[in-house]
Amino acid sequence: MAGARTVRPPVISARNLVKTYGDVNAVDGISFEVPAGESFGLLGPNGAGKSTTMRMIGGVTQRTSGELSIMGLDPEKQGPEVRAHLGVVPQQDNLDEELRVRDNLIVYGRYFGLSHSYLAQRADELLDFAQLAEKAKARVDSLSGGMKRRLTIARSLINDPRILLLDEPTTGLDPQARHVLWDRLFRLKEQGVTLVLTTHYMDEAEQLCDRLIVVDKGKIMAEGSPSALIREHSSREVLEVRFGTDRNAAVAPQLDGVGERIEVLPDRVLVYTDNGEASLEQIRARQLHPITSLVRRASLEDVFLRLTGRSLID
Amino acid sequence: MTETQPRLQAHSPEASAAKARRWGSFYFMEHMLRSMRAYAVTIVVTSVGNPLLYLFSMGVGLASIVDRSPSAHFAGVGYLAYAAPALLVSSAVMTCANEMMFPVMDGFKWRRVYYGPHVTPLVPGQLAAGHVMAVGVRLLVQCLVFFLIMLAFGAVRSPASWLVVPIGVLAGMAFGTPLMAYAARIEKENFQFSMIQRFIVMPLFLFSGTFYPLETMPPAMQWIGWISPLWHGNQLGRLATIGLMEPVWLVAVHVLYLVALGLFGIGWARRNYARRMAA
Ligand SMILES: Nc1ncnc2c1ncn2[C@@H]1O[C@H](COP(=O)(O)OP(=O)(O)OP(=O)(O)O)[C@@H](O)[C@H]1O
Ligand SMILES: [Mg+2]
Repeated sequence: MAGARTVRPPVISARNLVKTYGDVNAVDGISFEVPAGESFGLLGPNGAGKSTTMRMIGGVTQRTSGELSIMGLDPEKQGPEVRAHLGVVPQQDNLDEELRVRDNLIVYGRYFGLSHSYLAQRADELLDFAQLAEKAKARVDSLSGGMKRRLTIARSLINDPRILLLDEPTTGLDPQARHVLWDRLFRLKEQGVTLVLTTHYMDEAEQLCDRLIVVDKGKIMAEGSPSALIREHSSREVLEVRFGTDRNAAVAPQLDGVGERIEVLPDRVLVYTDNGEASLEQIRARQLHPITSLVRRASLEDVFLRLTGRSLID
Repeated sequence: MTETQPRLQAHSPEASAAKARRWGSFYFMEHMLRSMRAYAVTIVVTSVGNPLLYLFSMGVGLASIVDRSPSAHFAGVGYLAYAAPALLVSSAVMTCANEMMFPVMDGFKWRRVYYGPHVTPLVPGQLAAGHVMAVGVRLLVQCLVFFLIMLAFGAVRSPASWLVVPIGVLAGMAFGTPLMAYAARIEKENFQFSMIQRFIVMPLFLFSGTFYPLETMPPAMQWIGWISPLWHGNQLGRLATIGLMEPVWLVAVHVLYLVALGLFGIGWARRNYARRMAA
């Protein structure tokens, strides 16, 4: 195609997705598109509808209304064809604890009709990738939480999927285990795998996502790259000051005019400002002496607070 | 001749989906059979131990008393040969009942084993079918071992006696698959399974003409036999091993009843699996 820029067609496209359970609107009119190779995130608090959206993408939950197309296919009508393209890491691990580590991979690969000879080779590659090679013969119930999560991710890659759905890949893991996982996910991204992940960790979203939607109560609150969202909805820096739990609210009115905006939380006061140190000086000049103070860069947490008035993690 | 092993490629997603649509139930059966290996020792011990125990106590104990009584007549054969096929069928029904209760809850709820394959090209109906097939394989092995031990005890009288093996599997499934469908609807296990064991499986075992002909029970209780897959299986088993004489229509009723119950159970189970997993 002479000179034409290659436009990446979306591999996932959702329009007005709705899922109702009884009178709960778990997902309430969500639309988005994910082009091939992008790392796309759904960021939101508990109950936002992230998992429900993920399950609709895999065609394992029937949607109440809306349109959904994965690689041009409707997951409800062509479930097996859609799922053959996907690797799925569910929120809750569901490894078969009665099987050994390597056998979990083999058995799962069989569901894609893959041959035993292919799977023998692929399982070993994936065990290396997940740093579980020494555990190949171990029983799954002897693995740590982080190892189980890595095994679940390895399992989702058995069919060489070009689209990977990760529902809270690192929830419940310690920081070191999370970093190992992030590193693995980066490698997949470098290989051009499309990642769709949900999280309620803003640092995870910032680390891994090219673009994300902020979801709350089944609705999209904002959409964009992490840095664009922060630029749009927050100042550059945030000054956190603590005056003691009982005094924060009382002191807040006296901070009027410091920074661009003040947010009072039960345990601290956030001052949105482009220069945290200068704002702190201003506060001190007013003879208000915070017990502790901290200047940090604005994060997606601040975006979420701004958009919903609530914290991401409750 | 290449020195290194070539890197094998996964086939296309389209090929995966086509294979899964066709063979998915077998893939899940394969998985179930692999998990059964974890308790293979239990399976072997019960498959061999049960018939030994039953047939020994019947043949050496009970039969020696019963056969001495002049009024006893059990289809004109010794008591051991009379009871043995029914014990085979009973043990198949009990094993199947177990395999269709706890592992189903395990799949949906406890360890959520079904939700792994749920996000692969497989569909829920194939999980139900694969589960049934894996249990079928286990029953087949168990019934075969039981049959061989019956042979060793000299408890068979007919050349067609091997038919008791498929009959045992059929009777097990006729009882087990409706139970599986029921188990697939249980959200929380509050002793339903032990109730079923105590108030359904045990009474059926006792009142389905296993140890004595149904006709010797009070007429008011004989209906239990008629609705019990176990009685129909027992009678068919005796037909096979000792040539029990029954009218052709009754034999047809036995077979049709068991087949119908099994098909109904599988159909109902597939539906319940699909419903539960699409939520
Ligand atoms: N099977 C179900 N039956 C009834 N309600 C459900 C079901 N699944 C989800 N819900 C409800 O739908 C809403 C969204 O749930 P969902 O699991 O999608 O949230 P989430 O964003 O993934 O939350 P979390 O961060 O806690 O995983 C919640 O109110 C939840 O209670
Ligand atoms: Mg969730």
